[in-house]
Amino acid sequence: MNSTIPSPSIQNRTETAVRADDVTVAYGSRIIQQGLDFRIGKGDIFVIMGGSGCGKSSLLRVLMGLNPPAHGTVWYGEKDFWGASAAERDAIMRRTGVMFQSGALWTSRTLAENVALPLEYYTDLSPRDIRELASLKLALVGLAGFEDFYPSEISCGMKKRAGLARALALDPDVVYFDEPSAGLDPVSAARLDELILQLRDTLGMTVVVVTHELASIFAIASNSVFLDAKTKTMIAGGNPHDLLRHGPDDVVEFLTRGKGHGHGGDK
Amino acid sequence: MDAALAELEGASTVEFRARDLESWDSLLLAAFNAVAREAARLGLRVDVSALPDGMAPMLDMALAVAPSDQARGQHDEGFLEMIGGKVVAVPGITRNVLEFMGEVTQSLLRFCSGRASFSRRDLWNVFRECGADALPIVTLTSLLLGLILAFVSSMQLKLFGAEIYVASLVGVSMVRVMGPVLTGIVLAGRTGASFAAVIGSMQVNEEVDALTGFGISPMDFLVLPRVLGLAIMTPLLTIYSDIAGIAGGFLVGVLMLDITPAAYMDNALGFMKMSYVWIGLLHALVFGILISLCGCYQGIRSGRNAAAVGHATTAAVVNSIVGIIIATSVITIIFTVVDI
Repeated sequence: MNSTIPSPSIQNRTETAVRADDVTVAYGSRIIQQGLDFRIGKGDIFVIMGGSGCGKSSLLRVLMGLNPPAHGTVWYGEKDFWGASAAERDAIMRRTGVMFQSGALWTSRTLAENVALPLEYYTDLSPRDIRELASLKLALVGLAGFEDFYPSEISCGMKKRAGLARALALDPDVVYFDEPSAGLDPVSAARLDELILQLRDTLGMTVVVVTHELASIFAIASNSVFLDAKTKTMIAGGNPHDLLRHGPDDVVEFLTRGKGHGHGGDK
Repeated sequence: MDAALAELEGASTVEFRARDLESWDSLLLAAFNAVAREAARLGLRVDVSALPDGMAPMLDMALAVAPSDQARGQHDEGFLEMIGGKVVAVPGITRNVLEFMGEVTQSLLRFCSGRASFSRRDLWNVFRECGADALPIVTLTSLLLGLILAFVSSMQLKLFGAEIYVASLVGVSMVRVMGPVLTGIVLAGRTGASFAAVIGSMQVNEEVDALTGFGISPMDFLVLPRVLGLAIMTPLLTIYSDIAGIAGGFLVGVLMLDITPAAYMDNALGFMKMSYVWIGLLHALVFGILISLCGCYQGIRSGRNAAAVGHATTAAVVNSIVGIIIATSVITIIFTVVDI
């Protein structure tokens, strides 16, 4: 599989944040993807791409620790995530943030309370400090002044941004994005891409993004894997700009014609 | 259609001829589509060139992608199959329930050793929701139950001129079993259902995943405060219900049976034993834990759609009430055997 991954220089340049080692993603006996081998370097913006229904989101759930892989190992640094104890897994998950496709905000709490909850759970900060931190994170994603709104009172794009603010609450090392631009207008989607780049550059986070939006892929990705629905495995990996020149035909077609391009989810 | 296709033995092409058709709708297209798919499956060539403009491209579009090999066939479940399916599901459900109880126990141990935490606000919400907010309905039902018990028993006791014993009968039965059972049933309908619906909707909305994604255990954060809250509030509410029930009996005794207030209270308290109060509170504690476990289990296990949340809510209430009745029987039998 490694033979299809171009630019090995990029592959070994940085430390590894997350690595998938021969991972199989399955629901019961139904295999979604298999033989997945890739590494996500620290500070990378790693894009998981592929057509609708190829298992991108399912792979993300395995990487972020919500579903166990049917086979294979997910490494966080030197630690085998699914082989670790529950306490160690919680400690790793504490260092990761997730922005869900729908936002998945806690609907019975205000935006500020959403961002504050992980802080209340994990830190001994005073309520005032927590409130200020929550305001800061909301301001970072352009939601200053919306602290006391409930998730049902704001738009879909705002929910996504609030979800991002919450994902950033604990200053995570790795942030996962499930379809960040799905359902957003092109301007909002581009702004979100800029925000992701800025956060990577300023906070040094590792970013893992599931998307099929070409604009996003080319704007932010420094590395990627391409999942294929037919062969149920990854058929390419590397920088999308390189893939456009040297990648397999299916990937080039995806990247040029925008197969699978469009709005909405792929659930 | 199968018979028609069987006659095609040896044919190589299926051709649709409807060139002169002036108007058509999707129903015709659906019929053509079914024929064309079957023909393609048998390896026959499909010729759509003689179809009206617009129809051929649409048929091509429908046929362009082969049906998914993951497609599920429609399947009507027979009666026996349904029964079999339910029986086969029993070991799985048993394992799930035991797993859930184990997780709750672990969570409780973590809490006792100070390693599990949850939002204090959630605990207060449970206290308020199943305690203070339930007071009006518990008052009403308990008072009326006291009235009913007094009325019905007085009819029989009158035959022996023993109306005064209405007081002790209402008092003892309320405190020992009726108070806790009534409170339990009210809480099962109010709070158990609400637990299942709230956690179930959170499941639908990926909110539970969002907690897990932060390394926050849904057991510690969602289930534990609800179980603790209800385990504490049900006995307290039961004491209140006992008092309201006795007040109901008091009203009937004093206003209808002409028993003096002093005589009523004397009789009611004279037959009361402290052990009855403890037995009643034990019932209440068991019910509180039972109701919260049923509600939370159904919520956590809820499927990810609207109907599943409805199902979870119904199951939570039904399981709680059945559980309350069974637990009452078991406790009553145990205490009868050991003679308390």
